[in-house]
Amino acid sequence: MTNENMNTAASTETQPSATADPTSEPLVEQSISVDNTSDRTTVDGETVIRSKDLDVFYGETQALQSVSLEIPENQVTAMIGPSGCGKSTFLRCINRMNDLIDVARIDGELTFDGKNVYDEDVDPVALRRRIGMVFQHPNPFPKSIYDNVAYGLRIQNRDVDMDAVVEESLKKAALWDEVKDRLDESALDLSGGQQQRLCIARAIAVDPQVVLMDEPASALDPIATSKIEDLIEDLAEEYTVVIVTHNMQQAARISDTTAVFLTGGELVEFDDTDKIFEDPESQRVEDYITGKFG
Amino acid sequence: MSTDTTADAITSRPAGREARERLYRYLLFACAATSIFVTVGIVFLLAKDAIDFFTLVSPVEFFTGTTWLLPRNEFGVLPLLTGTLLVTVIAAAIALPVGVAAAVYLSEYASERARSVLKPALEILAGIPTVVYGIFALVYVTPFLRFFGLPLNTFNVLSASVMVGIMIIPMISSLSEDAMSAVPDSLREAAYGVGATKYEVSTGVVIPAAVSGIFSSFILALSRAIGETMIVAVAMGSRSRLFDFANPLQNLWQGNQPMTAAMIQINSADNVSGPGFKSMFAIGLTLFVITFLMNLVSNRIAARYREEYN
Repeated sequence: MTNENMNTAASTETQPSATADPTSEPLVEQSISVDNTSDRTTVDGETVIRSKDLDVFYGETQALQSVSLEIPENQVTAMIGPSGCGKSTFLRCINRMNDLIDVARIDGELTFDGKNVYDEDVDPVALRRRIGMVFQHPNPFPKSIYDNVAYGLRIQNRDVDMDAVVEESLKKAALWDEVKDRLDESALDLSGGQQQRLCIARAIAVDPQVVLMDEPASALDPIATSKIEDLIEDLAEEYTVVIVTHNMQQAARISDTTAVFLTGGELVEFDDTDKIFEDPESQRVEDYITGKFG
Repeated sequence: MSTDTTADAITSRPAGREARERLYRYLLFACAATSIFVTVGIVFLLAKDAIDFFTLVSPVEFFTGTTWLLPRNEFGVLPLLTGTLLVTVIAAAIALPVGVAAAVYLSEYASERARSVLKPALEILAGIPTVVYGIFALVYVTPFLRFFGLPLNTFNVLSASVMVGIMIIPMISSLSEDAMSAVPDSLREAAYGVGATKYEVSTGVVIPAAVSGIFSSFILALSRAIGETMIVAVAMGSRSRLFDFANPLQNLWQGNQPMTAAMIQINSADNVSGPGFKSMFAIGLTLFVITFLMNLVSNRIAARYREEYN
């Protein structure tokens, strides 16, 4: 899967000396790359989610412009970029949460396990059962801790040992020891960090293949944040994790692969996280990461 | 502009302004106080006249007697009470499910366009004078139900109760819809995110999260049903009957007289005096205590189940 053509279409603008004439470079597999954008759309690992020329519009506004990338299995892929760059929009395309927004319109292709999720015959409910999601603000239901974790299993009528799955999910979410004696208490009585780990337990209880996280730690204090980060790295052993964050240090710490979106819904660079943070192809990405812009 | 005038500007005070401000304050207070004084006064007079009645007729006879017959001076309130309960229960059986279902539709399913038509329509329904509902029950609902083979008398409990139920639907749906719309979208997203359908989100997440508001709407609507007078006075006849447990359905086909209608009848009859006339106040006080208790319970329950979202 390694893309041998990586970085070949780096911009004349960002690296004038290296690529004075882009047309003289070897032909690259993607023709969609914008001038100052790395054309790399794949990284090592089995691809589980692949987007090709994905455009998203909210009414008249274009939120994503021709985004192409391939998300590798059982790794943490981070989406970073300034506010309004489209990173959350991309995340919400993956499990079709954008369906809930009337004015959203999607063009292009987004495949999950090889199947375009926007095909007519795809059931978004079934899709979301395989692609779980954790949101920016902890959003436990006003029910008991136990019922929160069991919710997904109950609506899916899964014939499982409910107690065992609840316990296992809470253990995976590193919350079991803190709540095992009070599973019947309201989830709203937990702290913000505990609530967010409960939401992670709720998402993984139905055993999805992918877990999407939309700035899962942005509403939490530093200690709760570091617990969530540790947890995300553990989760990647079993699940494919896609995380949106505006915290670049967080992306650098926990992700294997990073996609950088910049203003206007454009994917500017997609590569191994180390590469993005140490030696980005694009000058704009370097400016963003070093804090010169964004 | 000199410094003198600046000093003048912040020290000069138009004559009489403080007196005017005080006057406004008293006027506004008087308006707020009037409604409280009038309410307290009504309750006081109601209680006073009811106590007068209880010196003539013992409370035991009033609350345990099984016959209400003014010409024979029989003052047992139980038939009136069961009449009121019967109407309320039937109305609730119709209005609670339909009202909540309508609220779920408006809050979760309706498009912006459908909502913009349906919400005002429901509010218009709430504005129809109840005497119109009563006549409608008598002239249309009873023949309509007879068409389906129900052995209804001209004046009967069923038609009137159905109309009372329809009357309180807008109240339930409107207040419940407010409560459901206040449920944060983050909870809906959480449920959709684990693969819930719209119906599962509505019934499993939105309704439980809005339960305190929905419950308050029930209590308010039921208080309204208990106090409803015109529909039952027009369409249920004027003969009180104790609930007949031997023939439960028979209770629906016959006419009956609930507490409110009995009060109207006493008030409009010119040959009633003495304990007969005073009995009106005893019924009124009983009604007041029932609805007052319901509102107390409603406040308690709403406070108990209210969830705070941030």
